[in-house]
Amino acid sequence: MTGRTGPSALFSRIFPRLLLSASLALCAVCAAAAAEPVTLKFWVMGREGEVVQQLLPEFERRHPDIRVEVQQVPWTVAHEKLLTAFAGGALPDLCQLGNTWIAEFSALNALTDLDGLSRSSSVVVPQDYFGGIWNTNVVASRLEGIPWYVDTRLLFYRSDLLERAGVRSPPRSWNEWEQALAALKRSAGPDRYAILLPLNEPEPLLALALQQQEPILRDNGQYGDFSGTGFRRALQFYASMFRNGWAPAVGGAQIANVWDEFARGYFAFYISGPWNIEEFKRRLPGDLQRDWMTAPLPGPNGPGTSIAGGASLVIFRSSRKTQAAWRLIEYLSEPAVQLRFQAITGNLPPRRAPWRDPQLADDVYARAFREQLERVRPAPRIPEWERIAEAMQETAEEVVRGGASVDAATRALDQRVDAILEKRRWMLAHKKMQ
Amino acid sequence: MKSRVAPWIFIAPALAVIGLFFFVPVIAAFVLSVTDFDIYAMADIGNLRFTGLENYARLLSTPLFWQALGNTFYFVVVGVPLSIALSLGSALLLDSHLARVKPFYRTALFAPVVTTLVAVAVVWRYLFHTRYGMVNYALAHIGIGPVDWLGDPHWAMPTIILLAVWKNFGYNMIIFLASLQTIPAELYEAARIDGASPARQTLHITLPLLGPTLALVGIITMAGYFQLFAEPYVMTQGGPLHSTLSVLYFMYEEGFKWWNFGAASAVALMLFGLIAAVTALLMRVSRRWIAP
Amino acid sequence: MKRGFASVFVNGALAVLTVASLFPLVWMVSVSFMPAGAASTLPPPLFPSAPTLAHYHELLLRAGMLRSLANSLFLATAVTVCSLAFNTLAGYAFAKLEFGGRERIFRTLASSLLIPGQVAMMPLFLLLKTMGLVNTYGGVIVPALAGVFGIYLVRQYARTIPDELIQAARIDGAGEFRIFTSVILPLLRPVLASLAIFTFLGSWNDFMWPLVVLADDKLQTLPVALASLSREHVQDNELMMAGSVLTVLPVLLLFLALQKHYIQGLVAGSVKG
Repeated sequence: MTGRTGPSALFSRIFPRLLLSASLALCAVCAAAAAEPVTLKFWVMGREGEVVQQLLPEFERRHPDIRVEVQQVPWTVAHEKLLTAFAGGALPDLCQLGNTWIAEFSALNALTDLDGLSRSSSVVVPQDYFGGIWNTNVVASRLEGIPWYVDTRLLFYRSDLLERAGVRSPPRSWNEWEQALAALKRSAGPDRYAILLPLNEPEPLLALALQQQEPILRDNGQYGDFSGTGFRRALQFYASMFRNGWAPAVGGAQIANVWDEFARGYFAFYISGPWNIEEFKRRLPGDLQRDWMTAPLPGPNGPGTSIAGGASLVIFRSSRKTQAAWRLIEYLSEPAVQLRFQAITGNLPPRRAPWRDPQLADDVYARAFREQLERVRPAPRIPEWERIAEAMQETAEEVVRGGASVDAATRALDQRVDAILEKRRWMLAHKKMQ
Repeated sequence: MKSRVAPWIFIAPALAVIGLFFFVPVIAAFVLSVTDFDIYAMADIGNLRFTGLENYARLLSTPLFWQALGNTFYFVVVGVPLSIALSLGSALLLDSHLARVKPFYRTALFAPVVTTLVAVAVVWRYLFHTRYGMVNYALAHIGIGPVDWLGDPHWAMPTIILLAVWKNFGYNMIIFLASLQTIPAELYEAARIDGASPARQTLHITLPLLGPTLALVGIITMAGYFQLFAEPYVMTQGGPLHSTLSVLYFMYEEGFKWWNFGAASAVALMLFGLIAAVTALLMRVSRRWIAP
Repeated sequence: MKRGFASVFVNGALAVLTVASLFPLVWMVSVSFMPAGAASTLPPPLFPSAPTLAHYHELLLRAGMLRSLANSLFLATAVTVCSLAFNTLAGYAFAKLEFGGRERIFRTLASSLLIPGQVAMMPLFLLLKTMGLVNTYGGVIVPALAGVFGIYLVRQYARTIPDELIQAARIDGAGEFRIFTSVILPLLRPVLASLAIFTFLGSWNDFMWPLVVLADDKLQTLPVALASLSREHVQDNELMMAGSVLTVLPVLLLFLALQKHYIQGLVAGSVKG
């Protein structure tokens, strides 16, 4: 066989091969770069942070080009950390954001508008979401987040202790509640209590305040109205629980372990949210599982409202991976995934489809939540809310522990809140925001 | 031949760092304090307003600020004398020729100084636990009922004072010890021959000669104690009922929790003014009392 | 006998003070080895009945404290090495080199010791933010590259070096930097040792600035990690003690090994020389 040899052979034989291998190599590199996984930084808080990891392998299987890096942030420092990250330019791609904070981060221009993305999505369908919940995410016609779960606060109680005290059914009004608390305290004795209201948690007092006709802020959230009749009534009621010895005057840190104490009967009522459904199922001893139940919050004249809480998934404007982050949001919004999430955490889906599933429809504990969700009101949706809530709770602590009078304390609170809102008034006056 | 340029090259790096990262920010703090720089301004600088002395006026009419000021004063007025007394006492003990195994004692008494404050604050929090803490357990043996050290507004600050004194007394002790060792032994000899008791010797020889050191140590310790922050941050978060809220903690929350840099800078400058004023006062007083 | 009584008093008092000083630290170590929940019983135990390494395991491997330990080590070392270089150069210059305005500049620097560091905190944060150093190691290292206390200490010590040595070297034709490295540095060894351990300890124990500047979990130093863990795990006594041990032990050991230098430096810095 003849073949070419010499320099020309080099050219015509080897060079094409070299070219081919080089091209193949180049293609491989390109392909690798294209397939190189995008890593999403996802901040999650509280119990959700511990649990969301379980939902991610399925997502990563479906989207091999996306990796999710979860950072767990405790609720106690979440607000601080988020603001610090904002100030330091170190925000994650997406995170779970409590809906009371959406107004704040929207005012800071920190969130990506998800309106376009949701319109073209087949998974995130606004009509399927509870209207009130969806609206908490809409600020000035921008869609700042997608609701992830809803949250409200109501009564968890020991049905056996109630029975022992002669309380036949959970209270539906404040009057019935007071009677039940008094009866429980009589039957519990001096070392135990009827209800646990940790003094560092603003939610119970906030729920009582939201049950009033009068709002706690006036003039479009420009001034505080804590010294108005509504809030004062709520604070009086709250303080009376301590004064009558029905609740121990303790902060969260002083309760060794809330589930242990509930099991021990240290208190019979506890105001908490849906995540505790699963926690109670998990942590209370087996023989106690038939002795606890949930009930909607009593209101001043009958069944009362509670807080329209919950968290959304938001994408930060500083993220370069909006598309990938949206994929994760879509995944977590699928009804099936929401049901799985609910099964692990007890957190309730913000859309109707999952509620029709027997898993939720037949859950006896979730029933009270379903009922309560029909009567919920949001906290004032203003950026300064976090700070005001803290001031409100500090005032409550002063009344309960320090013996301050409700009138004087609420007047001082109003002064404090008015000072906090001063910048907001200026910005509204100069039309810098709505 | 001495170089004219070399000295400047030697000091340039340090000067640049200190100038840029300390002096410039200090001057900037004055500027910040007359604006309402906050999180809105951080989002969009157009939201910044020049407010003149409004931050200062608002702070002076905020009850919480006065409470922080009162708490800090309480800490300084009780803590500093206590700390110095303990330092002086232990220095005198260590200096005594009657003391054995001095190096061991000296190391042991100094050890708390080098420990990380956050770590010992955590330990302290458990030692003073109401139900399971060692302190209440020991007190129970002598009949004193359980004290809610960190949960009772009356006891929280004393507990923190105790922690600060425990942690720092070793530092001043070493300084006093060094000073004591410069006092000539002949003075004590002469006094002993004259029949003076050890107590009188201490009173009339030691203390007067220690005067300048005492004054300096007192002033430096006081300036440090005004900057109380880590203990309340770890142990009580400023509570209960703001009884352990210090000025610096107040500043930290205003600045790094709520991001009101304008107001926080005003707090920092007021603290600085306070320390400077008290320092000047103490220096004048000590100059009069201590023989030159 | 009076002398006997006095001796008992002195040594007794010292013993009591020693127990008070060391007891919290010893207890901290002891509890860190107790199984979870063991310390929250009455009567509170002094020694573990069933010692366990579980908490160290948990902290180092699961809670990321190993990372924080590495961060603290890295930052303290970097700050010490760099600031030693900057401060020694400047301290020597202020002591022995002549240049216009030397005393005036030094006095200005010394005056900064009266200003509490927190005054500079907020503007410094904004400055570092524009430099892109927030939430990076640089945010901690760069502002600490030089400090007046270090310069002061070196200057104090350098002043005791006889001028003749330097003059002789100059006459021999050595440049200022040559003189510094071959003549001065060896003589400065003691103060360098003191300053090094001072700086290392100070950086390791620093809390407020790393708290503010390092937001990322991965960059946290030990004290910051410990503080945030302690605010979360309020009930987990034993775990927190283990965390405290991890934070305190390295510097305590370092101090014990080098206490002579540390104390010398302390005294030199405070007693007028």
